[in-house]
Amino acid sequence: MELHFDQELAQLKERLLLMSSLTEQSVAQALKALVQRDAALAKKVDADDDALDRLQVEIDERCIRLLALRQPLARDLRLITMAMKISTDLERIGDQASGIARRASELSAEPELKPLVDIPRMGEICQRMIRDVLDAFVYAKPELARQVIQRDEDVDQLNKQLQRELTSFMIEDPGTITRALLLMRIARNLERIGDHATNIAEEVVYLYEARDIRHQHADRP
Amino acid sequence: MPLRRKKTDWHSLLFTGATGLMTFSIVAMVALILGNIVWNGAAQMSLRFIFGGTKEGMFDAATTGVFPMIFGTVALVVLMTLCVLPVGVITAIYLSEYARSNSIVTRVIRGAINNLAGVPSIVFGLFGLGFFVQFVGGGIDRVFCGGQLTYGKPALIWASATMAVLTLPVVIVASEEALRAVPQGLREASMALGATKLETILKIVLPEALPGVITGAILAVSRGAGEVAPIMFTGAAYYLAHLPAHLSDQFMNLGYHVFVLSTQSPDIERTKPILFGTVLVLLTLTFLLNFAGVVVRARIRARARHAHG
Amino acid sequence: MDKPNIQPVLQIRRLNFWYGAKQALFDVNLDIAANCTTALIGPSGCGKSTLLRCLNRMNDLNDAQRIEGTITMHGMDIRAPEVDVIELRKRVGMVFQKSNPFPKSIFENVAYGLRIQGAKKNHLEEKVEASLRRAALWEEVKDRLHDSALALSGGQQQRLCIARTIAVEPDVVLMDEPCSALDPTATAKIEELIQDLKRYYTIIIVTHNMQQATRCSDFTAFFYLGRLVEFDTTDNIFTNPANKQTEDYITGRFG
Repeated sequence: MELHFDQELAQLKERLLLMSSLTEQSVAQALKALVQRDAALAKKVDADDDALDRLQVEIDERCIRLLALRQPLARDLRLITMAMKISTDLERIGDQASGIARRASELSAEPELKPLVDIPRMGEICQRMIRDVLDAFVYAKPELARQVIQRDEDVDQLNKQLQRELTSFMIEDPGTITRALLLMRIARNLERIGDHATNIAEEVVYLYEARDIRHQHADRP
Repeated sequence: MPLRRKKTDWHSLLFTGATGLMTFSIVAMVALILGNIVWNGAAQMSLRFIFGGTKEGMFDAATTGVFPMIFGTVALVVLMTLCVLPVGVITAIYLSEYARSNSIVTRVIRGAINNLAGVPSIVFGLFGLGFFVQFVGGGIDRVFCGGQLTYGKPALIWASATMAVLTLPVVIVASEEALRAVPQGLREASMALGATKLETILKIVLPEALPGVITGAILAVSRGAGEVAPIMFTGAAYYLAHLPAHLSDQFMNLGYHVFVLSTQSPDIERTKPILFGTVLVLLTLTFLLNFAGVVVRARIRARARHAHG
Repeated sequence: MDKPNIQPVLQIRRLNFWYGAKQALFDVNLDIAANCTTALIGPSGCGKSTLLRCLNRMNDLNDAQRIEGTITMHGMDIRAPEVDVIELRKRVGMVFQKSNPFPKSIFENVAYGLRIQGAKKNHLEEKVEASLRRAALWEEVKDRLHDSALALSGGQQQRLCIARTIAVEPDVVLMDEPCSALDPTATAKIEELIQDLKRYYTIIIVTHNMQQATRCSDFTAFFYLGRLVEFDTTDNIFTNPANKQTEDYITGRFG
C-alpha cells in the first residue's frame, strides 16, 4: 500500500541524496583545487557550502514536520531521526571540504612543497566512503555501510603517517612550516571527513538493522 | 453553473395532504366521542352521583349513584395489578435475562404469550369461571372450608385473577422490552465487579427497567378498568346492596354497569343520562389511574437521573 | 526495560478460544508482569478483546464459547472448577470501552462493588474517597458525591468507572479501549492515571491507538488473526519490531 506518508519519506530521501551528491562533489573539487593549485575552483567550493547549509536546514525542517504531523514509529521513526543526523554529518563534511578549499587556495600561492601522493589517496578513500555510505542508505545495504566503517582505519593510518612525515619536513627545513602546517590541517580535514562518513555509516546500520553500533570499535582511537 | 430552480414537488404535497387528512379524521373521531360523552354526561355529574349508591333504584337518574361501581372497579384494578405485576415481571426477567433467545422453550413461551394476547376477552371470562371459580375456588372450599361455598363462586379475587391473565401479555411484553433496553454494559460492569447474576438483576437491571415496567402496568390498568367480558362470569354483580368486604365477595363495576344500564333498563330514554354519566366516570377514572402511573414513572425516572443516594 | 523476568501475575499458555465454530484465539502464550502495563494491539477482530475477556472470564456470559489451554493467576488455573468466578472478577477488574456508570449517585457507583462484598458501612465512605482520590476524580466530585453519575462528563465517567473498579482492590485491571470515546484532554488524564495506577495494580489495556500504547505501556503484544505475533517491551516494539507484520501495523502500512 502506497501511503502519502511514503511519498513524503521518498521526498526526504531525495533531498538527502541531493545533499550527499553535492557534498561528495565539494570534496572532489576541493581536492582537485588542491592538486591542480586552482584558487578559483577553491573559491567556488567555499561558496557552494552555503547551498549545503540551506539543504541541511530544509531537511531538518522536513523531519521535524514529519515527526510532528505523522508521529512515525519503528522504521519510519528511525529513518526520520537518522535523516536529521545524516544531514548534520553531511553538512560537517561540507565544512571540512571548504576548509580544504581555503587551505588549497592559500597553498596555491606558495611553491609546491612536494608532490602530493598520500593526500589525494586519502581524498579518494573519503570520497568512496561518502559514495558507498549513500548507496548503503539508498539501497538499504547495511553491510556496505559496515565496510565503510572498516575503511575509516585506512584514513586514520594515512593521516598519522602524513602528520609524522610533515613533522619531519618542518624539523629539517623551518621554511616549510607554513605549507606543512596547511597540509597537516588538510589531512586532519580529510580524517574528519572519514569520521563523519563513519558516523553516517553507523546511522545507516541503525536505520536498517535497528542496532546501535557506535562506540563499539575496540581498534578505534 | 447556476443552481437549478426548485420545482414544485406535487407528489410530496399530495402525500402530506393525504396523511394529514387521515390523522385529522382520527383526531376528529376521538373528539367527537369524547365531546359527546362529556356533553351528555356532565349534566349527570354531582357529588351525589359519584358518592351515592343504588339503593333508591338503579335506573332513576335523579337518585342513583355510582360509588359502589367506582369502588369495585378500583379494587379490581388494584388486585389485578398486584397479581399481574409479579408474574409478568418475573416471566419477563426469565425471557430477557435467563432464557436462551432462540431455544425451543423460549419460542414456545413467546408463542403462548402472543396467542394469549389474541384470545377474545369473553373466552377469558369463561376460562376464569372454569379455572379460577370452579377449579381453584371449588378446590379451596373442599380443602379449607369443609365444602362450604365460600370461594367456589364468582368473587372479586377471581375476577381480578382473570383480568390479570388477560393483561399478562401486555405486562410481559412491556417489561421484557424495558429489561432489554437496559444497556448490556451495565450488566457487564456489575458482573465485572463480582456481582452475581441475581444481584445484577435486582440492583441494576430491574431499577433501570422500572419505568418501562410501569408503562406495562399502566397499559394493563387501562385495559383492566374497561373490560367487561372477563368479569361477567367471574365476579361482577348486577346489583349489590353492600360494598364488597372480602376477596370472596362479588362487586359492582363501572364497565359492567354500563352494560347493565344499556341492556337491562326498563326505559332506555330515562336511563340515558345515567349511562352517559357512568361512562364519563369510567373514562375519568381510567384517565386518573393512568395519570397516577405516569406520575410515578416520571418520579422514578427523575430519581434515576438525579440519584439521591 | 527487559522482558518480563519479574514473577508474572498471569500466565497464559496455549490458549485457544472459539465463538461457536469460529476460532478467535490460536495457541496464545503470554506472561503478564506484575505492576506493569501491558498493551494489546492489533487490527479489529484480532482477538485482543477476546483475550482480555478470558482473563476475568467475562466470556463465560457468552453461551456458544469454548476455550482450551490454561490461564494461571499466581499459579492457580482461573478456569479450574474450584475457582469461584465471582471471586476471580473481584481480583481481576475491568474497565469498558464505553463508560458505563450505573444510573446511581457517584458515591453509590464506587460503593457498589464494596456493598456486593458486604463492606461495613463505616468503611464505605473511607474506601470510596480513597478510590476516587486514586482515580484522580476526588477533587472534581467531592462536593457532589450524591449527584447522579450520569451528570459527569465522558472523561469523568470513565475515571469513575476506574474508581469503581479499583475500589474492590483487584490485582489486575483490564481496560478495553478505555479512551476510544474520549477527547484528547480526557484521554491524556486517563493515560496519566494509568501510569500512576501501575504502582498498585497490574494493568492490561487493549488499544487501537499506537501512541497510547507507547505513552502508557511497558510491554506490548501485537495480535493478528487470533495469533500473538509479537510480544516485547513497548520500546522495542515501537522502535524496532522483530516481525514485519508488527512493523507494517504500527507504521500504518497494514493490509
